[in-house]
Amino acid sequence: MNSTSIKSRLAGSHGRVYWRSLGELADTPEFREYLHREFPEQASEWNDPKGRRQFLKLMSASLALAGVGACTKQPTEEIVPYVRQPEDLVPGRPLFFASAIPFSGVAHPVLVESHMGHPTKIEGNPEHQASLGATDTFTQAAILGLYDPDRAGAITNRGEIKPWGLFLSAMLSAGSQQKGRQGGGLRFLSGPITSPSMAEVMASVLAAFPQAKWHQYDPMSSDGARAAALAEGAVGDPIYHFDKADVVVTLDADFLTCGPGSVRYQKDFATQRRITEERKEMSRLYAIESTPTLTGAKADHRLAMKASEIEGFGRQLAGAVGAPAPAGPSARATDPASVIGKWVAAISKDLQAHRGRSLVIAGDYQPASVHTLARSINQALGNVGSTVTYGPSVEAGPTDHAASLADLVRAMDAGQVEVLVMLGGLNPVYSAPVDLKFADKLKKVNLSVYHGLYVDETAFLCHWNVPDAHPLESWGDARSFDGTVTITQPLIAPLYDGHSAVEVLTTFTSQPDRRGNAILKDHWTRAFAGGPWTIRSADGQPFKNFDAFWRRALHDGFIRGTAIADGGPATPLSVMPAVPAAGAPAPTTQQAATPPVTPPPATTTPPQSAAAGAQGGLELIFRPDPTVWDGRFSNNGWLQELPKPLTKVTWDATAWVNPQLARERGLEDGDVIELRYRGNTARMPIFRVPGHPQQSVTVFFGYGRQKAGNVGNAPKNAEAFNAFLLRTSDAPWFGNGLEIAKTGERYPLAATQEHHVMEGRAPVRVATLEEYRKDPKIIEEQGETPPRTLTMYPEYKYEGYKWGMAIDIGSCTGCSACTIACVAENNIPIVGKEEVAMGREMHWIRVDHYFAGTEDDNTVEAYHQPVPCMQCENAPCELVCPVAATTHSSEGLNDMVYNRCVGTRYCSNNCPYKVRRFNFLLYQDWDTQSLYPMRNPDVSVRSRGVMEKCTYCVQRINQARIDAKREDRAIRDGEVLTACQQVCPSDAIVFGNLNDPNSQVSKLKLQERNYGVLETLNTRPRTTYLAVLRNPNPELEPASRSTTEH
Amino acid sequence: MKAEPVYAPPPVIEPGHTFQTVTEQIAGIVLTRRHPYSWFFGLFVGFMGSMMLLMAVTWLLIKGTGIWGVNIPIGWGFAIINFVWWIGIGHAGTLISAILLLLKQDWRTSINRFAEAMTLFAVVCAGLFPLIHTGRPWLAAYWLLPYPNTMGIWPQFRSPLIWDVFAVSTYLTVSLLFWYVGLVPDLATLRDRAKSLPIRRLFGVLSLGWRGAARHWERYEEAYLLLAGLSTPLVLSVHTVVSFDFTIGIIPGWHSTIFPPYFVAGAIYAGFAMVLTLAVPLRALYHLEDFLTMRHLENMGKVMLVTGLIVGYGYVFEAFFAWYSSNIYEQYMVYNRMFGPYWPFYWALILCNIVMPQLLWKKSIRTSPAMLFFISMFVNVGMWLERFEIVVTSLHRDFLPSSWGWYWPTRWDIMTFFGTIGLFVMLFFLFIRVLPMISIFEMRTMVPAAKVKGGKAH
Amino acid sequence: METKRPVAALYGVMAEFDDTTALVEAARRAYAEGYRKFEAYSPFPIHDLFEVMHIRDKRVGLLVLLGGLTGMCTGLGLQAWVSAIAYPLNIAGRPYLSWPMFIPVTFELTILFAAFAAVFGMFGLNGLPMPYHPVFNVERFAMHASQDRFYLAIEANDPKFDRTATRSFLQSLGAKDVSDVEE
Repeated sequence: MNSTSIKSRLAGSHGRVYWRSLGELADTPEFREYLHREFPEQASEWNDPKGRRQFLKLMSASLALAGVGACTKQPTEEIVPYVRQPEDLVPGRPLFFASAIPFSGVAHPVLVESHMGHPTKIEGNPEHQASLGATDTFTQAAILGLYDPDRAGAITNRGEIKPWGLFLSAMLSAGSQQKGRQGGGLRFLSGPITSPSMAEVMASVLAAFPQAKWHQYDPMSSDGARAAALAEGAVGDPIYHFDKADVVVTLDADFLTCGPGSVRYQKDFATQRRITEERKEMSRLYAIESTPTLTGAKADHRLAMKASEIEGFGRQLAGAVGAPAPAGPSARATDPASVIGKWVAAISKDLQAHRGRSLVIAGDYQPASVHTLARSINQALGNVGSTVTYGPSVEAGPTDHAASLADLVRAMDAGQVEVLVMLGGLNPVYSAPVDLKFADKLKKVNLSVYHGLYVDETAFLCHWNVPDAHPLESWGDARSFDGTVTITQPLIAPLYDGHSAVEVLTTFTSQPDRRGNAILKDHWTRAFAGGPWTIRSADGQPFKNFDAFWRRALHDGFIRGTAIADGGPATPLSVMPAVPAAGAPAPTTQQAATPPVTPPPATTTPPQSAAAGAQGGLELIFRPDPTVWDGRFSNNGWLQELPKPLTKVTWDATAWVNPQLARERGLEDGDVIELRYRGNTARMPIFRVPGHPQQSVTVFFGYGRQKAGNVGNAPKNAEAFNAFLLRTSDAPWFGNGLEIAKTGERYPLAATQEHHVMEGRAPVRVATLEEYRKDPKIIEEQGETPPRTLTMYPEYKYEGYKWGMAIDIGSCTGCSACTIACVAENNIPIVGKEEVAMGREMHWIRVDHYFAGTEDDNTVEAYHQPVPCMQCENAPCELVCPVAATTHSSEGLNDMVYNRCVGTRYCSNNCPYKVRRFNFLLYQDWDTQSLYPMRNPDVSVRSRGVMEKCTYCVQRINQARIDAKREDRAIRDGEVLTACQQVCPSDAIVFGNLNDPNSQVSKLKLQERNYGVLETLNTRPRTTYLAVLRNPNPELEPASRSTTEH
Repeated sequence: MKAEPVYAPPPVIEPGHTFQTVTEQIAGIVLTRRHPYSWFFGLFVGFMGSMMLLMAVTWLLIKGTGIWGVNIPIGWGFAIINFVWWIGIGHAGTLISAILLLLKQDWRTSINRFAEAMTLFAVVCAGLFPLIHTGRPWLAAYWLLPYPNTMGIWPQFRSPLIWDVFAVSTYLTVSLLFWYVGLVPDLATLRDRAKSLPIRRLFGVLSLGWRGAARHWERYEEAYLLLAGLSTPLVLSVHTVVSFDFTIGIIPGWHSTIFPPYFVAGAIYAGFAMVLTLAVPLRALYHLEDFLTMRHLENMGKVMLVTGLIVGYGYVFEAFFAWYSSNIYEQYMVYNRMFGPYWPFYWALILCNIVMPQLLWKKSIRTSPAMLFFISMFVNVGMWLERFEIVVTSLHRDFLPSSWGWYWPTRWDIMTFFGTIGLFVMLFFLFIRVLPMISIFEMRTMVPAAKVKGGKAH
Repeated sequence: METKRPVAALYGVMAEFDDTTALVEAARRAYAEGYRKFEAYSPFPIHDLFEVMHIRDKRVGLLVLLGGLTGMCTGLGLQAWVSAIAYPLNIAGRPYLSWPMFIPVTFELTILFAAFAAVFGMFGLNGLPMPYHPVFNVERFAMHASQDRFYLAIEANDPKFDRTATRSFLQSLGAKDVSDVEE
């Protein structure tokens, strides 16, 4: 479509609101034409890659353009930057704002880097206990989500663009109709809410409509954990303290990469295992798990078993440590001679040897019974209060999601639901359990309102679509996993006429059409005046007035003292009274009207037991996809192209099976199998994963999307690769009775790493703690380093700074946050599945993965190794470049001069680490205007035919150099953080000046477990690694096992 | 420069020829005789190939290197394979002219002219690839040359690619000079025989007014001899430099001291194979049996056999060094070539380059044009496979298993390759139409009447 | 048709021979006679001819040597200057003046310059290209000199030259045909 007409209209209408009122533009024919393309008759075009690309450009060129106009605009409300002097915005200097990116309702505290009003990069909030400066992959990728040209563009009613005003009046009339019957036909569906302000709005809505019901559903949330917590009354939610744990046992728990606390948990866990001059001890991790996870990969001992057998093992463990175990199925084998028996004996012994210093964790995807077991074991071991604390939930009105959704669907089926408001982009049509038939039931609803970032499968079936505002566009608050109230402040005005969930919700309150800022500020004004919160400043003193408090809260990005540990309450689902007139005593919360929370429905689904489902057949295990989760990130190219842990497959879901099972069924990687399970069928290409339980198949959610957007839509032949087609509400995470059949079809998978064996080259060096203690040389001996004197040439002297990096692969969990951070920082393009399959991915830092150990599934070891450019001092790449496009800087950086590069690719051929990346085609998207403001202005955007690679974030070094020069001092250690280093949750990456003996990196390189990869080539890499140290239990260490295959 | 071999070898020219007949028959092809249809067919085939090349390169410039199968880790694919292959072929011409001249091998006179032409055309095809294989050819075209510029940037003279630029361009220039110098007296002949004025004028200009004066001949022969002396080390250096492209690299399978000699041997091997591939059909097509005698064919067969054995020695020692070095990377490289995913290429290579040429031990095969053509075809293929082995199988599995990859050509790779063959064929057919494909004046010296009775000059 | 043309200055007298032996013999005799400014023409080089005419020009070889030396200095100088003086860069930790890596280019340039010297030197000394030369005014020469006949021309500016004497001398050498060569 021709976007210029819109542009002109935009230009014609002036003032800061024109981008808000896209609806008013809707009367241009081009715009209608564009709009219609969003509807299904164009679906065919979406699925053909070429067409999709064209279409992507088209639509972005049109709609995003409206956004671009907005990009340079700051929101009108006051927001407070993180730096001390907020007002002076120096051109070219980024500002940082503290904010939060909610994930399943829980806040991930962040600092957002903003260049002249464009948010360009997200970092963790170093002052926030839930982050300490790190983030996970999803939070990193949120920046692309903000600028995604496929986001829902405008409020629509049955496909017609409508202004906000019309929507408002529609809701008001719906509300007034419902008023008559106390809101009997009014239902709300949202994910879990931890936002105090939104909870209050919800409370007031429920108070206004006593018969209305609020249902919660998050397809990936753990009903098991929630049920166990609810059973414990108010205080059932565990918070773990790995910094105190010496022995950790996981029961199918992936605490390192899944769950809201994973970032902080990674940090503590890594600290507890890092061997330094000071620390000679490390904790020990036992992983009892079904589907291999990154946590299992870090474990000193990993025992693979079916997901349904975990409970039995837990029960046996409980018995062994003398913890009261609720009745239930007993373990598979009870005699101590068996493998299980041996493990139970060894682990329980280890646990009891560390009473109060040990920790047992139940997995989110395990039923309530397992969580109860874990809790009773922890109690028996006296861990409660030290390594784990149980407290109130951060969710407002926690409830059984599966039951809550089932209840809603039942009501919809019975025609009781007249108005259904779905908040926060849940997309239940795609993700609801298949037996509920949500899509069919949705048709029976008179008025359905869908609020989300995308026009997705559910939106297509709803009457009203209201675009959500991205967290970076909206005001709000949410609690982090530790309970700290974290403030979300907008970095940029909504690009696409977006409205936050709370803004939509207010249309049902007495004061409709309040902006997020007003709602938030009003809430906290009253909370400040009096409420369940204890609001204190950093020094523990109360603030002198609200403004001081509020300014501080916005500056820090969170409200101190609200963590559960600091006595923060459960998120109240109640209405606080208005601020009293000055002088009058502040009423307490108790007097506030507390509306009824949705009661747990009578016909709640039976708590899932280990024996769930039909007997016989294989066990089917469901897992969220490691990169696109439940499909909510399907349209995020960064996450799609991020290699999935352990398999390194990109862009596709795979069904994991044990190589043994694959052999029996004659399956190869990429063979499409048909999965038949409880009358439902789905298809998926398989992938063989050592250490996977023999009789189980793991499928991952998030694929087979049809209305995800141009990036996330599944091609025709992959639409059936959808795990939700198999999921039933009674067995959300695993169940027996799976039949698999080879279809004979093969599906091409694009993996960034094909070969997962080290071939005796020991790029990853490993030793056990004892071996290392006995003889630290054991690391050095695993490779060969030529003597420095072995060269014709004189040593090159590096005066001043001498940059170098040390990567502790002992700490690295393989979470790949570094890769995404690097992509975001360095404007790295995505290349698409076909190009990845050809071996042309562009990631500057990749995370290599190797399997080691023996065939036995219980001794499989997995190692991860982040590989950026080694910045070799004798760089083979430089020698062969005919045009001197890659040379050495005076500080030892292996610089890449894009402008000079002619693209012979000789440097890449000659790079023994293969860390160089080449723009074989025009990968960088020059057309999508909405992506312009996303790019980091300090990093040049590379074009076709040019080689590129890791530069140690040279732009950050130079920024620091400028600051240092202005203050006439040297760059301080730790002043320059590379993007990968800054994001790393386990602090595995350390960068600094090697000429400074006191710098952290120099100290690390002095350690005896420091080594360089392929040093035998005399490349003298500046990036070196700290070897992996394992801490196995001698009782379980098989005698015939080398630490790693050399 | 006429050799008087101690034994009486079969003559390099059939008896009964006079200056007149020699001139007639060779110059006639250019000036008078109408051309067989097969010539038009050959030209057409070559033209079509060239058009395909044009299309492939155009698309390459529009879309980028990504239309080929190259990737990380295999950054070089068909382009460099073809480059080395063509350069290798381009060696026989100058070699025959230069080295055989120095060695006073008079049988060279019948083949050196079109062998040199073959060299030129092969080098043209070869020279195309280093340029188009780059990501930004429009810059590579001149950024690799040392020219003063506002940024004060110069090429990086430690890079073998720069050495390539100098070696290949020097080789092309010197071969061209050598070829032209050899042509001048024949151009004079054509000038004097041409009937139509324009043609006469054209050859007149090209022959620079050559009139065959004794003083000119004396300087001419000295210069020609010196050129030969210069070309000989040049020929050897060019493929040595090409082999540096690999040996300077540190990739297992590249980083090897044996490359220069065995690349040169391989080049001569490939070159003679291609000369035979061209000579055998030409001989039949234009009835040149009198000038391209069996002795020529047999000698070329012998040279192929010898160089083939040297190449075989290279293969054996590559494997031996790998084993002897006890370097796991080298050892794996050899193992991977023989039994890795690309194993068929390796064994096909052994068949073509080592097994088939052994037939040449037999005189009856050396003297059968059909068999020689058949074997030379195998060698042409074999030498291409050798370059495939060196470029692809070395790169696809180097040091870190995590970055091992796989390479397969796309249709554009293949079109480009066959396109250059088309270009080569077209140029060659044009050449045999417009220039004497055998050196007439040198053939005259082979005529018995050329001998001065009682003359004592050598 | 010289007869039809107006009388022109005489370049010399030319005799035609039909085999190499006769030409060489004639040349020897002419030299013995004391003629110096004469030239023999043949469709291919005849070494005995060079001997009897005492032709030996060493300048070509000298030129080639000079060319080669120039090329070598240019190559080495350029690389050394670029890498060490004009724009020194730390390439792979190698010293600026890593001369072993400069050898290939130096070598190639040596050959290139030498080859140029050989070719252009030779043509230059031969006075080629030459658009016009009197000998071509002799019809048979133009027809056969580059193919199958052999010629000997004694130039008019030879001190011993005498139109009639020289003519008869040439005939005495058993020349097939003797004709005047006009400027």
